[in-house]
Amino acid sequence: MLERFVSLAVAGSGGAGVVTTGNLLLDAAARVGWYAYMTRSAGPQIRGGEAAAMIRLGSAPADAHDDHYDLLVAADWESAGRFAAELPLGATSIVLGDPRAGERPPFLVDAPARMLDLPMTALADEIPGGRANMVALGAIAELIGLPDEPLLAAIRHAIGAKGEAAVEASVASLRAGRSAVPDIPDFPRLEPRPAAPGMRWNISGNEATGLGALRGGVRFVAAYPITPATEVLEWMAHGLPRVGGALVQAEDELASINQIVGASYGGVPSLTATSGPGLALMTESLGLAVAAEVPVVVVNVMRGGPSTGIPTKSEQADLNIACYGLHGDAPHLVLAPHSVADCLMTTQWAVHLAESLQTAAIVLTDQATGQARAVIERPAELAFIGQRVVPESVAGYERYALTVNGVSPMAIPGMAGGEYTADGLEHSPSGTPSSQAADHQAQLDKRLRKIAGYNYGEHWAEIDGDADPDVALLTWGSCTGPCREAMARLRAQGWRVRLVAPRLIAPALPGPMAEALAGAPRLLVVEQSHGAQFLRYLRAHYDLPGEVRSLHQPGPLPVRPGTIVARVTNWS
Amino acid sequence: MEHLQAMRGLAPKDFKSDTKPVWCPGCGHFSVLAAITKALAELSLPREQVAVVSGIGCSSRIPAYTSVYGFHGVHGRALPTATGLKLARPDMTVLVTGGDGDGFSIGGNHFLHACRRNVDMTYIVMDNQVYGMTKGQASPTTDAEWDGSKLTPDGPCIEPFPPLKIALAAGANFIARGSSSDPNDLARLIVDGVRHPGFSVIQVLSPCVTFRPEQKEWKKKVRTACVDYTDDPARAARRLMTDDGFNFGKVLFKGTRPAFVPECSDVPCAIPELESGFAV
Ligand SMILES: Cc1ncc(C[n+]2csc(CCOP(=O)(O)OP(=O)(O)O)c2C)c(N)n1
Ligand code: SF4
Repeated sequence: MLERFVSLAVAGSGGAGVVTTGNLLLDAAARVGWYAYMTRSAGPQIRGGEAAAMIRLGSAPADAHDDHYDLLVAADWESAGRFAAELPLGATSIVLGDPRAGERPPFLVDAPARMLDLPMTALADEIPGGRANMVALGAIAELIGLPDEPLLAAIRHAIGAKGEAAVEASVASLRAGRSAVPDIPDFPRLEPRPAAPGMRWNISGNEATGLGALRGGVRFVAAYPITPATEVLEWMAHGLPRVGGALVQAEDELASINQIVGASYGGVPSLTATSGPGLALMTESLGLAVAAEVPVVVVNVMRGGPSTGIPTKSEQADLNIACYGLHGDAPHLVLAPHSVADCLMTTQWAVHLAESLQTAAIVLTDQATGQARAVIERPAELAFIGQRVVPESVAGYERYALTVNGVSPMAIPGMAGGEYTADGLEHSPSGTPSSQAADHQAQLDKRLRKIAGYNYGEHWAEIDGDADPDVALLTWGSCTGPCREAMARLRAQGWRVRLVAPRLIAPALPGPMAEALAGAPRLLVVEQSHGAQFLRYLRAHYDLPGEVRSLHQPGPLPVRPGTIVARVTNWS
Repeated sequence: MEHLQAMRGLAPKDFKSDTKPVWCPGCGHFSVLAAITKALAELSLPREQVAVVSGIGCSSRIPAYTSVYGFHGVHGRALPTATGLKLARPDMTVLVTGGDGDGFSIGGNHFLHACRRNVDMTYIVMDNQVYGMTKGQASPTTDAEWDGSKLTPDGPCIEPFPPLKIALAAGANFIARGSSSDPNDLARLIVDGVRHPGFSVIQVLSPCVTFRPEQKEWKKKVRTACVDYTDDPARAARRLMTDDGFNFGKVLFKGTRPAFVPECSDVPCAIPELESGFAV
């Protein structure tokens, strides 16, 4: 069956209810058996600034936006204009605008799209308690083929508590929107599909990250707020106490990282979440976690950098600091989920690995994934639960004993006979500080050995596509969705394509990577960083086969599938 | 005495490790270590139920010299490390040790917030008005005119940080001053601090004989305070405002604020219950 998708964007000022409209659409979509993917963009204003919701609905899961939007609904032109670069339109695109909004902005005057009027405010004014965004929602539903019933269920779910009058006003507004929208026969519509209740989840990347952490066994979180990571922490502040854990707001990121080191030393799997500036502050103590062999997980939801950069928008430019930011030789783990749903799996796996290997794990997500909301298949249960090796007997116990696999049993405070001092100073196997060359060599070796020698299994990467490819797309994180879509389009044109997206960034796994890329005469590396950080990382750690090309662009604009297709078809 | 200890369990020496301190002969920190081990014996705590957490500095070396659980972390971050440990493991008795540089300079922000947060742990700061470990630079508690460091040849030229006044202003629940010249008395203060719920701060005058040899005279200057503690912050503040820094051996302030304990559900639910919120 051919999968069908429709892409739409809603833009407006802060009070226009743009995000509400998007959330209702997602909820309703889940109820008719569709999948959905929504990202948000916001201006710099703290409150009331312009906002845009970019939504893709489909009969199959989507982790990326299309090259252009089939529909743009603008509550006002000025707000829409601020997102011009983020809202590409094509010749078949429809733009619905309010005739009261006045003159269209330049980007729309020049756009190839079809401009249609939708008197959102006028229609809403005729309904007691009517709202323009609900009129717009009705028009959208009519265009994309979304029936009334799921929409009403979504509305009741969202505002039912406000009383019947509010629901009635919304329903009347919806109907007004439905009847006001002109018939556009060639508009891409979706067919409702059977949906068993509870089998679809509506979840954001940041929520999925928090849930993955809980599933992995995290029971202590220290938090310092930072956009766009705060929702991870907020979700955990709600969830953790309910499963017997605790979240504490710390005074800064130096405190949050050291609090989790302390809590984890106490035997409780611990995590914090931050973004670039916070990660920079944490690097000294990430080194401590590596040296003292205390498992911790730091989720870094990347935003535009350096410095304060673009806090509300996405970029993949913290790869270098995550991989190389620690002082000394400090082998640690860096992982990256490749979709909203995968935030759950990857974070859970990161907790499991950090606990098993007694080291620091950095999980790199980004604003585009973290703040994206998606309707996904109900995620499977995974067996990854944090499991720390503890001493079986304390006779002659040595905390940093030189074991074959490098992992030394870790005594937990409270364990009689296991008393030791965890130390960031180099130490002998017993933990006593040592500046001897032999101790340094032995401890460096064991800390590397436990990470380099571990069997990471098949989860290390997402590998998809053809066995004997003409071209391989090598990417990571939020660029995986666009690459997957580009692969589908290229294959439809007769290309043989393979997709390789490592979930485990560090340590590098040369063997599995060589196997994944085997036989590809051409390799396109796709990433969202100005400095081609991923390409450089790959070059440093892997022998990349064949002709290697790089597609790298900075944030905040996403890498679009069409750009990837064009780079492959115009190989040079 | 011996008999009493046998009844109670462990003696002070049982709380000492075999690791030989790196300290200079005559350093005040030796007495502080002795006071800590004495206090732990007095508290008759099982070794495995105690953790000593520190940052970096000569004074921060103490954990490895004890036989309880220890954490020697990074410079300035002992308090957050200990906070995380205590919140995750409320059953543990947590002591934090360090110097004036570690606690009031690089770790100053954490000091303020530890006083505010009032997590139940005892902070023992060995104040020698100098950075000993890095070989003698001015610390936040150094006099403005002290010109003994090549880094600040004219002296730091800024007024010293008053730790106990700041602790009081920031909301510490137990404030005391001890002196390494009287380890028995210091042990008593530590016992008192550990027993007092919430965050206890004990400043200890602990001379750096190598980089502040003049501090050897402290033992002549210090005097046992004669006024008992108050639970009235205003009275404590007045007392601290007139204090010359050499009164020791008494608790200056004991508050009644309950210790911070994070919210946690009494009846934990299962994760699937949380997950049901995502299902459509
Ligand atoms: C981030 C960082 N900066 C600087 C240092 C160097 N350093 C080590 S100990 C110390 C000062 C210690 O002074 P204090 O805390 O007063 O303890 P003392 O040695 O006097 O007991 C400094 C600056 C360090 N270890 N880490
Ligand atoms: S340098 Fe000073 S503080 Fe450090 S051990 Fe020597 S005397 Fe003690």
